[in-house]
Amino acid sequence: MSVMVQKAVSIQLAGVGGQKVLLISNIIGSACVKLGLTVLSLEIHGMAQRGGVVRSTVRIGEVFSPMIADGEADVLLAFEPVEAARAAEVVSKRTEILVNTRPIIPFTVGAWGQKYPEVKDVIRALEGISKKVVAIDAEELAEKAGNKVAMNVVMLGALMGREILPIPPKVMKSAIAEKVPKKTVDLNMKAFELGYGAAKKA
Amino acid sequence: MFLLGNDAIVRGALEAGLDIATTYPGTPSSEIGNTFHDIAKEAGIYFEFSTNEKVAMEVAAGAAVSGQRALTAFKHVGLNVAADPFMTLCYTGVKGGHVVVVADDPAMHSSQNEQDSRYYAMLSGAPMIEPVFPQECKDMVKGAFDISEQLAIPVLVRTTMRVNHVSGAVEFGDMRARRGKVHFDKKPMTLVPVPLVSKQRHPVLLEKLKKAQELTEKYPYTTVEGPEGKAKLGVITAGASFGYVKEAAKKLPYDIRIMRIGMVHPMPVKRMAEFMRTVEKVLVVEELEPYMEMWTKVAAKDAGLTLEVHGKDLLPRMWEFSRDIVTDAIIKTKGDEPLKRKMPFQMELPARPPTLCPGCPHRATYYACKVATKDEAIYSSDIGCYTLALLPPLKTADLFLCMGSSVGTAAGFSKATDQAVVGFVGDSTFFHSAIPGVINAVHNKHRFTYVILDNKTTAMTGHQSHPGTNKDGMGEEAPALDIERVVRGIGVEWVRTVDPFDVKATIETFKEALAYKGISIIIARRVCTLLEVTRKKGKGETLPTYRVMKEKCKKCRRCLKMFACPALYVDEDGTVAIDDLLCVGCGVCAQVCEFGSIEKIRGKGK
Repeated sequence: MSVMVQKAVSIQLAGVGGQKVLLISNIIGSACVKLGLTVLSLEIHGMAQRGGVVRSTVRIGEVFSPMIADGEADVLLAFEPVEAARAAEVVSKRTEILVNTRPIIPFTVGAWGQKYPEVKDVIRALEGISKKVVAIDAEELAEKAGNKVAMNVVMLGALMGREILPIPPKVMKSAIAEKVPKKTVDLNMKAFELGYGAAKKA
Repeated sequence: MFLLGNDAIVRGALEAGLDIATTYPGTPSSEIGNTFHDIAKEAGIYFEFSTNEKVAMEVAAGAAVSGQRALTAFKHVGLNVAADPFMTLCYTGVKGGHVVVVADDPAMHSSQNEQDSRYYAMLSGAPMIEPVFPQECKDMVKGAFDISEQLAIPVLVRTTMRVNHVSGAVEFGDMRARRGKVHFDKKPMTLVPVPLVSKQRHPVLLEKLKKAQELTEKYPYTTVEGPEGKAKLGVITAGASFGYVKEAAKKLPYDIRIMRIGMVHPMPVKRMAEFMRTVEKVLVVEELEPYMEMWTKVAAKDAGLTLEVHGKDLLPRMWEFSRDIVTDAIIKTKGDEPLKRKMPFQMELPARPPTLCPGCPHRATYYACKVATKDEAIYSSDIGCYTLALLPPLKTADLFLCMGSSVGTAAGFSKATDQAVVGFVGDSTFFHSAIPGVINAVHNKHRFTYVILDNKTTAMTGHQSHPGTNKDGMGEEAPALDIERVVRGIGVEWVRTVDPFDVKATIETFKEALAYKGISIIIARRVCTLLEVTRKKGKGETLPTYRVMKEKCKKCRRCLKMFACPALYVDEDGTVAIDDLLCVGCGVCAQVCEFGSIEKIRGKGK
């Protein structure tokens, strides 16, 4: 049977189609189930593959809906700067934001003449509304680990480095190892450690 | 196990001893079919991606009246397509349990409307249950097979996006034995509803409804929770709203009793009346239509109760709810002002709508069409990735209504106007429901150009197979129907197949087609770029990339204005550049550029 934890933890994930955001929420959810923690997670997909916005949530503890009410995220894990800002409705002074600083410029900038803001302005705005912002060039760390595609696992490592979730790193790592392709396990472990270290120092 | 709601539905059916599953994919139901496809062989069941939802319903019905356990799944609008057999299946009844999963999409995350399927339960007489959490998706679906067999009628399982796409811990139960091959017992006086028979079947259906009424009054997933004694407020709710109500009640210092309805058709009116006797007023919390609100008023009236019943006077009749929307409605029942909330900050952000992928063959077809028609045609469209072309700069979608509507509406445009008319349909949608419209156009001598965008897959919903592909739902080799032979076979005289990546030839073909006095069909054939890129990478092939020669770029931006591949962007110096991370090397932009400024980079791959 599942065991209730006293305080609920709500994690909002935000990114862009192709960044494998849903894999990360799935890994976190699986780690919770391994520990017998009550968990609900929500995926938004359908059009995700076509370069659109991808969101998911993970809520751990005594919760009855996977949806995070406005201002009630404990963590915003954002894989792209503008997507962090777009998800700001779940942010308040209780929220830690972890954000990958590498932009993915949408086609609306080229084709429709819309503006992509300066990343430093986005970070500053997020700092104004949250408890803390940890900005990481996760793509660079992923390349260091061996492949920039592992950016998502760098961010998961960073989340674990903040020690907000009731999940020990070794449980999370075994969940990662089960969910990523076999031949990429070592690479992903390295990506996890690099993200973990970067966020721990922050 | 940490399972998605849709996967839990599959597990529940397997535990119930399912023999056969059928579907046509559609968000938010698609993963049900995908998972059946992945496990059907191992589980020893039969599964198919049927041509459309009507066929899916009929195949499963044939098995269910024979005595097998069957499941059919589709999205809400799929039940419109399947409604014809479904309505009468409720008259004939079933022998083996038949569970029909219908996935509604409040807020229209990926749908053309947000119709409320609960009215189909009333219309047909079938019982309908609504799970909330993944564990319930499994357990309630499993139980639904028993209800179906007990009443000898199909049972509807209604879900919404926030049920299908929620993951949580699911504990597995025992697996019941499958029935395997059964013997069909002939019963024409039950199963062949000519008027003589259906006159006897309608009263039988009404008798089943009476029995269903007894079941709903005892249904274990209909529950009441809250403080002892008379509560100030009672909330009646179901589905995902139950979660919002629970979370709102936890936050508010109010005295609230909650009734969660597990079986929404028939409604447990007696239990609802009992519930209402223990509360001072009632708020019905349900997304979309005031369906339960209507039944709550019926229950109150029949029991002689005069308490206040609130619902859509305090809550929206469209889109999804949230905990805060529900919180405000509860506060308003006390006559208090709702809480003030503000967005934490305002920042202008570039939109990121979904768009056709880099290297998508549809974009190339649309470009050729716009050049040939000088962009003066009316474009009827249909359902698939290609509908995304409604956005600028392509703007090649002027009307769509439902699956397969592109052909009939094109005929209507051609009768009503003197404008050129071009219709677009995907390959899967063509097989789904466009063929009768093509036959209609041939026989009634309509004049328009019809483009079948043949990318050899059902791309939008996640690359499921269809009758034009060489694999079936079981993953086995299957005959792939040739679209050109199909349209010739139904009398179309003018048919051409083109490769949309040959831009010049495609433009010329469009010009010829537009000049033809009748229905002209262009099959634009090119495999979905996502499949092609995956295949090439899997084989270790490197993709070519293209680059803009800065000195040759005239900054006219034709490529952005007319073609707008997401890999193209304006560089700091005003010339166009290509993002080599996104470019998959289709080479169409190089054909779009009138100044020859885009060249292939050989030897450089990813």
